[in-house]
Amino acid sequence: MTETPLIGDFSPAPDAGLSGARIGVVTFPGTLDDRDAARAVRIAGGTAVSLWHGDHDLQGVDGVIIPGGFSYGDYLRAGAISRFAPLMDQIVDGAGGGLPVLGICNGFQVLTEAHLLPGSMIKNNHLHFLCRDQRLRVENNATAWTSQYEAGAEIVVPLKNQDGQYVADEKTLDELEAENRVVFRYVDGNPNGSRRDIAGISNAAGNVVGLMPHPEHAVEAGFGPDSSAFGDVALRGGTDGLGIFTSVLTKIVAGAK
Amino acid sequence: MTNNNPVVDQASASERMETSASTRLETPDEVRNEHVQSFGQAADAVERVEGRQFNIDTVEHAAQTPDTEMPWAELGLKQNEFDEVVKVLGRRPTAAELAMYSVMWSEHCSYKSSKVHLRQFGDKVTEDMKKHMLVGIGENAGVTDLGDGWAVTFKIESHNSPTMVEPYQGAATGIGGIVRDIISMGARPVAVMDPLRFGAIGHPDTARVVHGAVAGIGGYGNSLGLPNIGGEVVFDSVYQGNPLVNALAVGVMRHEDIRLANASGKGNKVVLFGARTGGDGIGGASILSSESFDDTKPSKRPAVQVGDPFAEKVLIECCLELFKGSLVEGIQDLGAAGISCATSELASNGDGGMDVELTSVLLRDPTLTPGEILMSESQERMMAVVSPENVEAFEAVMAKWAVEYSWLGEVTDTGRLVIKWDGETIVDVDPRTVAHEGPVYNRPYARPEWQDKLQADSFRGSAAGAEVPASAEDLKAAVLELMASPNMCSKDWVTNQYDRYVGGNTALAMPDDAGVVRVDEETGLGVALATDANGRYTFLDPYQGAQLALAEAYRNVATTGAVPMAVSDCLNFGSPEDSDVMWQLAEAIRGLSDGCMELGVPVTGGNVSLYNQTGSTPIHPTPVVAMLGKFDDVARRTPSGWREDGQAIYLMGTTHDELDGSEWANLRGHLGGKPPAVDLAVEKLLGELLINASRDGMIDAAHDISEGGLAAALSEMALRFGVGARIGLGEVCERDGVDLFTLLFSESQARAVVSVARSEEVRFKDMCGARGFPFMRIGVVDTENGALDFQSEFSVPLAELKEAHEGTLPKYFA
Repeated sequence: MTETPLIGDFSPAPDAGLSGARIGVVTFPGTLDDRDAARAVRIAGGTAVSLWHGDHDLQGVDGVIIPGGFSYGDYLRAGAISRFAPLMDQIVDGAGGGLPVLGICNGFQVLTEAHLLPGSMIKNNHLHFLCRDQRLRVENNATAWTSQYEAGAEIVVPLKNQDGQYVADEKTLDELEAENRVVFRYVDGNPNGSRRDIAGISNAAGNVVGLMPHPEHAVEAGFGPDSSAFGDVALRGGTDGLGIFTSVLTKIVAGAK
Repeated sequence: MTNNNPVVDQASASERMETSASTRLETPDEVRNEHVQSFGQAADAVERVEGRQFNIDTVEHAAQTPDTEMPWAELGLKQNEFDEVVKVLGRRPTAAELAMYSVMWSEHCSYKSSKVHLRQFGDKVTEDMKKHMLVGIGENAGVTDLGDGWAVTFKIESHNSPTMVEPYQGAATGIGGIVRDIISMGARPVAVMDPLRFGAIGHPDTARVVHGAVAGIGGYGNSLGLPNIGGEVVFDSVYQGNPLVNALAVGVMRHEDIRLANASGKGNKVVLFGARTGGDGIGGASILSSESFDDTKPSKRPAVQVGDPFAEKVLIECCLELFKGSLVEGIQDLGAAGISCATSELASNGDGGMDVELTSVLLRDPTLTPGEILMSESQERMMAVVSPENVEAFEAVMAKWAVEYSWLGEVTDTGRLVIKWDGETIVDVDPRTVAHEGPVYNRPYARPEWQDKLQADSFRGSAAGAEVPASAEDLKAAVLELMASPNMCSKDWVTNQYDRYVGGNTALAMPDDAGVVRVDEETGLGVALATDANGRYTFLDPYQGAQLALAEAYRNVATTGAVPMAVSDCLNFGSPEDSDVMWQLAEAIRGLSDGCMELGVPVTGGNVSLYNQTGSTPIHPTPVVAMLGKFDDVARRTPSGWREDGQAIYLMGTTHDELDGSEWANLRGHLGGKPPAVDLAVEKLLGELLINASRDGMIDAAHDISEGGLAAALSEMALRFGVGARIGLGEVCERDGVDLFTLLFSESQARAVVSVARSEEVRFKDMCGARGFPFMRIGVVDTENGALDFQSEFSVPLAELKEAHEGTLPKYFA
């Protein structure tokens, strides 16, 4: 995903150019993957900003990630309590104004509970927590978070959840398909019974995206999956998730020019 | 537990109904409107205390009524122990004091049967072994220096009995408890591991325990954001009535952040924070974990604690924020024996005494008696000592994380632990007599009379061993049978229920030889951890069995390229009141401590779990050894499988005919003879070679040879990345004087298989040759053949091997 600079091109490396983009990472009580999401933003070249659920302040960030975990212990229902956090007011308002928002796993659940995205997640159809490297197809590369991928590209990122089965009524599912809002689809096996193999979706404007698998765990060689959809990689060398983060950073930087 | 204490009468049931306070739940509206709020206001607590009408057994009352009958036997104390309490106090204990002594003097908390033997871990230590030890045995967990100002703390503990009674909660709270031990040292927990032992895979009750324990470990650990990076899963009918659930946690910190559990400084405040105290886990340590199970006794289910991982995750972050601000002087987690343990240990380790008002404890169940409050093992609680000037800042951190807390009292200079109930003294003791000066037993032990006969019954001489596979067809079938067997099959069904990614620092996890976690993102500094035990080996020879567990853990860590640094052990045994078992325990401790001395690796902490037996039948003695290793840069770690076409495969070490206690003998239903010989000097040399080879980039894959022998090692290496190999073993058979079956299935120690790039072969051979370590080229990696091809003998297609290997657990449990 990184381009080799042209000979004689002394412009800053892509990473340096993206550092002006500030992405907020929200921490709720029980959030687990916040440090991982912040690391992913940094590795992609951006600047990560910690946001606290209890504040009413987005600190002027250019985009927001609601990371994975078990906010409020998933008590009542995953994401059901977090959606009432003070900061969610600002996030919902911001999303309405085009602010890029990404919900990963528990973050996706929070976004559906907050009605920024349709549908809901229920317990995996096999009833177990499942952690595995999962192949996905990028169905829509026109969103704020997927523009760096080719349409139809496949990626391998870790999946790990207990309540990952995406459900919605048929009408909603048809609408999502018709409007090209299914952003990621499971390939090589549906891991949890999600309707129509849906792994991630977006809102109509494409600035809000939620997905169950964890792209932030496939951004750093040595600590990612053992495989990549883009070819052979070294031990735990998969970095297929990085494009999610460079997509939004690139969009923000381009928009600022 | 019912209140069977005659001197503490509770209010009548109707009064209890009236006074039971509603538990305050955080509703969405409250979250929204009053998000940052502090619970645990004093007024809140006082309200609930009013109306609790107990006839309190005060110290004064106890002194006046020496002849009152005390329920010491129901609380698990022996007559001589009760007499000792009376002697220590100079009067009969109050009901509350009796509750404290009974839990703190339990086997689980006091190590009264093992203490005399455990001393060897402290005695058999050289100056060199102490070099990196920042905190040794005795604290919540030992601390080892990693360099660059980093320190690492790790510990392994058992949660066996609770898991048998209630698998989900038992296993879950095992994780919770060990993680709090790590936080108590001032560290951020970074990973967990679980060695598990269950009954026979096909037994009707095994699935209940497996499902519960695995879901409990996953449910709790996954919710804490701690990667689970390894462990073991073993099935054996000896664990049918006593499954073993051991839990390990590892944490890291800067040197200056190390915290110890002591209450010092007169006038400093004592605070209890985290979850409220409820009626769960009363007698967990004393009744549940310090006695054998018996069908005739009532269910012990209420003695199992109930976990709330969300509360623990918040507690972790909250504690780390306290440490960051240097807001606590001393800290102690509440585990076994709850407040009894925390107050007496903090006071005992400190320089003075402590005064505590017990009615200030926030309760989940307002009907609890003082004794029950002292004994409750409710989870997710911590006790800290805070200096008066930090009180406000402490409360601000509690408010931020919405953690409940209550100030219980303060540190004094009296040397006494005084606990009051509404101002009346119900406990007045020297804390050392509770925490550290409990009974010590030199229990009788003797080599069992059956041990000689057992050791004489070798596999080769038995009916089971009379005929072993020899033809190509039979050997292929044997490899497939081995790799599909309950103990050698793929554990993916279990480990896929654990999050191994969270934190973003996992450099290796199962099924590799050790879990590896990066500590410093700048330099790549990191740690490796492996846990190992073999109950069958230890049953055949406890001294040697313990050393074999140590050797395997050492080898596993070295195989990944890490330098072994420290040991934590979890000694799972039967009843110490059985002289056979006591001998097994004494021998295992002697073997382990001798072994650690020889390898130069200190034991920094651990746990003893006794009474693991059903009726008079104990489990196999199962000393689980956890080894911690260090990487200067985790990028240098070596995985357990090969993947580059054409790389040379080398076998390191020598194979002898050592099938006694092996997986193959186990598959044929035989257990007898002597376990494989152990030579720790050779293990150490092998370790050095593997570490050097990894550091210098000579090897791309390495796997230790242990249970299942060479057959298992080669199969696992091929399956790791689904890459085949062509193997020729004729020369090795000739050199070692063994047949192909023996070479494949013997479990001789100090062996490993490595794959070496062509360009590195000369260097690798020179290195082994220079150190005089036996090695032989046994094959070549083949990315095309899709098989583990034992040339001119037999070939196992990888698809077939994989199907056999991965099918077993789903067949029984999915």
